[in-house]
Amino acid sequence: MRIENLAINKNGFAFDPTTGETFTLNDTAREIIEDLAKGIDEKEIAKKLSKEYEVTEEEAFNDVLDFKEKLKLYGLLS
Amino acid sequence: MAKKTYEKPTIIKVESSHSKAGVPMPKQKIRKTIGGVNIDEMVDKFGSPLFIFDEKAIREKYRRAYEAFSSRYPNVQFGWSYKTNYLKAVCAVFHQEGAIAEVVSEFEYEKARELGIDGKDIIYNGPFKPYESLVTAAKEGAKIHIDTFDEINDLEKVADELGLEIPVAIRLNMDTGIYPQWSRFGFNIESGQAMDAVKRIRAGGKLRLTGLHAHIGTFMLDANAYKIETAKMVRFMNEVEEKVGFTIEYIDVGGGFASKNHLKGIYQPPEVVVPTIDDYAEAITSALYENLKGNSYPKLYLETGRHLIDEAGYLVTSVVASKTLPDSRRSYIVDAGVNLLYTYFWYKFNIELTREVSGISEPAMINGPLCMNIDVIDESILLPRLKRGDKLVISPVGAYNVTQWMQFIRYRPRVLMVTEDGNVEIIREKEDLSDIEKREILPEKLKLK
Repeated sequence: MRIENLAINKNGFAFDPTTGETFTLNDTAREIIEDLAKGIDEKEIAKKLSKEYEVTEEEAFNDVLDFKEKLKLYGLLS
Repeated sequence: MAKKTYEKPTIIKVESSHSKAGVPMPKQKIRKTIGGVNIDEMVDKFGSPLFIFDEKAIREKYRRAYEAFSSRYPNVQFGWSYKTNYLKAVCAVFHQEGAIAEVVSEFEYEKARELGIDGKDIIYNGPFKPYESLVTAAKEGAKIHIDTFDEINDLEKVADELGLEIPVAIRLNMDTGIYPQWSRFGFNIESGQAMDAVKRIRAGGKLRLTGLHAHIGTFMLDANAYKIETAKMVRFMNEVEEKVGFTIEYIDVGGGFASKNHLKGIYQPPEVVVPTIDDYAEAITSALYENLKGNSYPKLYLETGRHLIDEAGYLVTSVVASKTLPDSRRSYIVDAGVNLLYTYFWYKFNIELTREVSGISEPAMINGPLCMNIDVIDESILLPRLKRGDKLVISPVGAYNVTQWMQFIRYRPRVLMVTEDGNVEIIREKEDLSDIEKREILPEKLKLK
């Protein structure tokens, strides 16, 4: 799980030291990556997001699943 | 504690130093109103998707085009090209502005008559005009533009049947320096075929040639082609008058002026490549003055369609779902598909949002709702993360879409017109099952319980 190694700065820039690839991401993406790295499951992450942001848990849940798909396509998650 | 504004999670791999993806969009394209009326409110009231036409924009465009020609030449008449958009309300606006009708089938002819246009104010073009429609058009004094020798025979028969000498025009084609040359309509000037047609008409003695027509192409980006066309038509007119003795009352240079749409495969934006209406007008009228003999000023007819209506039409569609594709692009599924957007095959549309959306941009494609792989409205666009219900405003779509659209898989939507005084009128209702099944017949033995 390469997301554990991602170096993310507060300006939304991420560096993968394994491949040298760089990414840009927003705050929501950063939070989800940090939670996934901690082993928190998708539903729990969605619940957290819905408490913090103006979003329903259902919408956030779909967004987390969709985001995981993107991380897999980038090779950041297996 | 108040909750924070939610931005959908977005991550973009930085592919190259030139990539515009992955950064906040410096300038989002936003359109909140059409004709001064709020788009979101129209969708709330009338549903989604919606075609919306802006009456004021239509009238302004028409007046500007008419002025460009009438300020240069004393005898100008526009004919509204029905095939470009034959919604009654749209045709009525052009007719109120002074345009006559230009039709290319018996169906369009009937439509113009039903709207209240006199036969004498109809130009009847097209490669196939059924015999009965020629009888009607001749009786009603329409301007019939002959496309083939067969049509000359048909019209001579009509003349016998009605006991009339029928005034007619012939359609011409020619080399105007553009590629591909449009040669399938009418008679060729360079080969001598056009003069043969004139002589054939004279020999028959039943028809009187009063006009010449040509249509050299569509979305013409070279105004000079019209100068060549007009010069050749006037020189042909001079020859006809001298050698055959007909008096030509009008020259119809057809249509084909481009709109500010972005042709696929052309890198530069329309603002750079599309000639202005003054460029077209100057090309045509200067050729008239350079080639006309004496003091006769035959009436100049124009059949401009796309240029006058394209930019006044919008399609508003809503995001119904989104997903990540295996190539990491985002696919937005919207509620309007390419069955409503025939011009998708040529144009990369201008796509605008109705609200500012915060967040970084990502490469996306916009897919319609059809269960068909071809339903792609834009295959490569940078967009911030949109939510379900966000609206996209697609333009220019005023030309050819609400005539060539197809009822396919889904019902066709409502069409609105925002009037000059800011009211919103439904000018075509959305379809329901009865529209589609009205013409179907289920044989008795196939009826299910």
